[in-house]
Amino acid sequence: MPEFSSILWIGLIPIFPLIAAAVIALILFVKPKWHRAAIGAALLGLGISVVISFYAFKLSLSNHTQQTANFTWLQVGNTTVDFGVVLDPLSASMLAMVTLIAFLIFFYSGNYMAEDPNCARFFCYLSLFAAGMLGLVVSNSLILLFMCWEIVGLASYLLIGFWFHKPAAAAAAKKAFITTRIGDLGLFVGMLWAFKETGTLLFYNNGNGLLEDAKLTMLAHLPEPLFGISAIAGISTLIFIGAVGKSGQVPLHVWLPDAMEGPTPVSALIHAATMVAAGVFLVARCYPLFQADVVALNIVAWVGGLTALIAGLIAIGQNDFKRILAYSTVSQLGLMMLGLGLGGVAIGMFHLLGHAFFKALLFLAAGSIIHGCHGEQDIRKLGGVWRSMPVTSACYLVGALALCAVPIPPFSGFFSKDEILLASYNTNPWLFTIAALASLCTSFYMARQVFYVFFGEYRGHEHPHESPWQITGPLVILALFAAFFGGTAKYLGILEYLDADFAAEHEAPVAAIISIAVAVGGLLIGWLVYGRRKIEADATDTLEKATPALFHFLQHRAYFDELYAATVGKLWSWLAFFADLFDAALLVVSELAIYFVRMASNTFAFHTDRVVIDQWSFDGICNGLRQSGFLTSRAQNGFLPAYLRAIALGAVILGLLFWWSLI
Amino acid sequence: MLPLLTVIISFLGALVVGLIPDKHLRATRWIALITASAGLATAITATLQYVLPQGGFQSVLAQAWIPSIGIQFKTGVDGISLTLLLLTGLIAVCGVLFSWDIDHRTNTFFAFFLALIGGVYGVFLSLDLVLLFVFYEIAIVPKYFLIAIWGSTRREYAAMKLVLYSFTSSALVLFGLIALYFGSDLHTFDITQLMTPNTYSETFQIVVFPVVFLGFAVLAGMWPFHTWAPTGHVAAPTAASMLLAGVVMKLGAYGCLRIAIGLLPIGATHWAPVIAWIAVINILYGALIALVQNDFKFVIGYSSVSHMGFVLLGLATLNATGLNGAVLQMFSHGVIGALLFAIVGGSIYRRTHTRQLAEFDRLIDRMPAIAWIFIVAGLASMGLPGFTGFIAELNVLVGAWQAQNSLHVGVLIVAGLGIIATFAYTLVKIHEAFFRRSPAADNPEHPAPSHYPRLTCPEIIALTLLIATTLGVGLFPGRLITLINTGLAPILIALSTGHVLP
Repeated sequence: MPEFSSILWIGLIPIFPLIAAAVIALILFVKPKWHRAAIGAALLGLGISVVISFYAFKLSLSNHTQQTANFTWLQVGNTTVDFGVVLDPLSASMLAMVTLIAFLIFFYSGNYMAEDPNCARFFCYLSLFAAGMLGLVVSNSLILLFMCWEIVGLASYLLIGFWFHKPAAAAAAKKAFITTRIGDLGLFVGMLWAFKETGTLLFYNNGNGLLEDAKLTMLAHLPEPLFGISAIAGISTLIFIGAVGKSGQVPLHVWLPDAMEGPTPVSALIHAATMVAAGVFLVARCYPLFQADVVALNIVAWVGGLTALIAGLIAIGQNDFKRILAYSTVSQLGLMMLGLGLGGVAIGMFHLLGHAFFKALLFLAAGSIIHGCHGEQDIRKLGGVWRSMPVTSACYLVGALALCAVPIPPFSGFFSKDEILLASYNTNPWLFTIAALASLCTSFYMARQVFYVFFGEYRGHEHPHESPWQITGPLVILALFAAFFGGTAKYLGILEYLDADFAAEHEAPVAAIISIAVAVGGLLIGWLVYGRRKIEADATDTLEKATPALFHFLQHRAYFDELYAATVGKLWSWLAFFADLFDAALLVVSELAIYFVRMASNTFAFHTDRVVIDQWSFDGICNGLRQSGFLTSRAQNGFLPAYLRAIALGAVILGLLFWWSLI
Repeated sequence: MLPLLTVIISFLGALVVGLIPDKHLRATRWIALITASAGLATAITATLQYVLPQGGFQSVLAQAWIPSIGIQFKTGVDGISLTLLLLTGLIAVCGVLFSWDIDHRTNTFFAFFLALIGGVYGVFLSLDLVLLFVFYEIAIVPKYFLIAIWGSTRREYAAMKLVLYSFTSSALVLFGLIALYFGSDLHTFDITQLMTPNTYSETFQIVVFPVVFLGFAVLAGMWPFHTWAPTGHVAAPTAASMLLAGVVMKLGAYGCLRIAIGLLPIGATHWAPVIAWIAVINILYGALIALVQNDFKFVIGYSSVSHMGFVLLGLATLNATGLNGAVLQMFSHGVIGALLFAIVGGSIYRRTHTRQLAEFDRLIDRMPAIAWIFIVAGLASMGLPGFTGFIAELNVLVGAWQAQNSLHVGVLIVAGLGIIATFAYTLVKIHEAFFRRSPAADNPEHPAPSHYPRLTCPEIIALTLLIATTLGVGLFPGRLITLINTGLAPILIALSTGHVLP
């Protein structure tokens, strides 16, 4: 009997979107044209989750201690696999953020996707995604988290490939699935390793959880398995590989920009605000494991830092509206990892929460612009959107300034990015330099994009138009969050809330100045390069004119895809060739095996079963019994002389027996 | 008292339905449905009322019956019988729903059906050997008529074969029960009293165990006494094959566990290796034969034989994990087997009027909903995670692994081959039934309709119930496992104390 404690109800949060997904699947089965019913079901399911999540958030605000509810999922022999849910500041804040943003994006999509003939299917996938994401957040067990992680990956795959008739979309979906799966393999192996050593996959379980002192000490005292890397660092690094895949960190970042082939609300929800942040969340969730060995945290910090810089640079060379934002997401996720690695849970998570709002805003606004400009995504063919789409443009600018961490007036991103820079300044000057350069890139590419899209003359065909309120409404709400979330949350003590042991970093004026300087400086350079002169249609990019080699390098995304094609791809082809040879041999063997199985099956079915068991044994015995019946019945034929003969014979036998007994 | 209501309700329902004149079709169906649902509701209530921490037999009702030779009317439930009561209730309801279109002697059909259900409930409830045997015999008679009157392919032969197998095996059981009575000094048929250790000597156990076990195992479809099952399943009308596969085969397995292993643990320990080998033969042999069947229903019939092999293997492990897996597999196969028979013998046959796989022409286009439901059921049957079959087979196999000092490692290998064969026949038959173009379908005289009629309401309800159960329990098996564990506890104690005897 599972011991249900009171907190189990937060497990309901992912259940409602799941029910919604099932209901929509049913609608699809019966009435595929009922778009409104599907949208309504999705909004209702998520709406209930929003209410429960905010109630949970409120509870967590008043009581920071962690509450868990665990139950045995299955028991095989002496091994139990446990599931559970946990409510702590980490999950509560994620719940509030994810449900709120998801709800806004659902609402936005209700209008954005209304024209699509497969609208109901879209909402089915979206609800499935929400269920998986929320399940991932509330999970108190690594195995449950992993299952939700896979659901989320599946939903992402389905949504990237939603317009699967476009070859690019189908290819992007496949790429995303395979690339993230490489990461998942790491997570899976890490999970098995942790289970083997500790016998539990629960995070918190009254002192016996994976992340609690008893097991951590146990793990820390294990012998070093290889190359002087401790077991605990090995486990954490493997878990981090999962995060690298999901959160698009170098070198597994290549799928994320391609994922922009999905509908824009998907990019906003999954590939900007929530799912890609799941990797960061995973590291934050397992932070005690990482903390136990500084090697793991260093790996996190360096991977994060390099990702932030590389992606920031590549973003400069992109011309696709959404791809710039995608690389920006990769870069920001890198900063979050850097924050986690150097600063701690609070700093990384603070940036994650703030980033979710303004990045969702940027994507949704970008969607609104692309919609308004008749599907044009190339920033060189946009321009002057400011005049025809004022609300969207204003919201976009707020988001962009928040992303650039502009200090006056203090936008959301400023506070969290400042914390990350400060933390790196105090610990690692190299990473600080990298982070500062990444921030400089951020401001520069955002300035480039803004000047291209919003100012000057409209360079496309057909005039752009502003979107209806169902689309601008969510934008305005998100813009408010993008503007005020960071400052308010910091003032209210979010850092102390997220991490009970949070100690404010030693203030360093130099860091603060550099932080402001790169944010403003990037914008300034951007204005110098792109803002001063009117941009002509078909003109070469100013930067391209200056340094064509570098620009092309960046435009081709630092040739990562080509590199992979030349190395991993080549290796793969060779392996495939040998596997093919091996396969041919196996094929012969397996054909033979199948032939023998068929032979055996036929023998068993038509000879053993039908002839030996049925005909000979069963029917044989039955017939034998029947025949013996005939024999005995023949004795009773009413023919008197026969009876007399039998009596005489019997008398003789009796007489003989009697005589035999006498001698 | 409450669990006994299941028996009373079913027999009363059988009586009422049987007395309704033949022309009142609707009344007959509805009364049958209400009776079956009341049985299920009673089983659920009894399960909820069962006090888990206390364990053991509860709601015990004992009444002297023939006191001179110690026969009692004694009933009660523990974790194992509750699991099977729930299964019986569920299959009964779904069976009635799948008999909704029977219009030939409807009243008699449902009367026999409910009488069979009543007998089955009775077996699972009985705590007295004679009472159990009486119910066991009661369950045999209606089966004959259900198959012989409402059946199809070679129905008289199949019905007679089934009855002969049943009666012959029950003769063995009867002999065994009498031996059990005289083998102890307790002068009682009370199962709970006979379960006390040291009741039977080691030699007695080793001699009597195979008799009792074989007697029951024939009804569980043990090789080579399994051929009644496919023939009977195929000939039986849909509801009866659901019951046969879903519940009646469990009667045999239940007897093996409760009486053969429960009362004769030393005998069980002695014979376990043999049973394990026969069990894996069941698994592999059934699966291989299913692979080459041309009649869709025969495929399912042999898959039942194969799945029951897992029950037997679980019984042969004689440890907590394996026995738990055995009972779980009884439940799991009960649900999944009934589901498969419902789709193949009911939904598909009703529409195509043939079961020959060669005549099925891309049914996925012609009946998409049914095809997808069958594919889901096929996944469940293959033991994919998320369905009950996975948990059950995993427990059985882990149990067999743990029992390595008594079971040969070859057992596991053959069981593994059996699992592969299960995958093979399921996928091959799904392909043949739903995705393959059939040359026979181009017959211009009888063109196959492009769309067969949709699923009817009773069909949808029954299929949903069955799939929801296998998925629900498959995803959250914790409660059922705990329930079964409480039931197994005394048997495990008997097994462990049995070992230390000289």
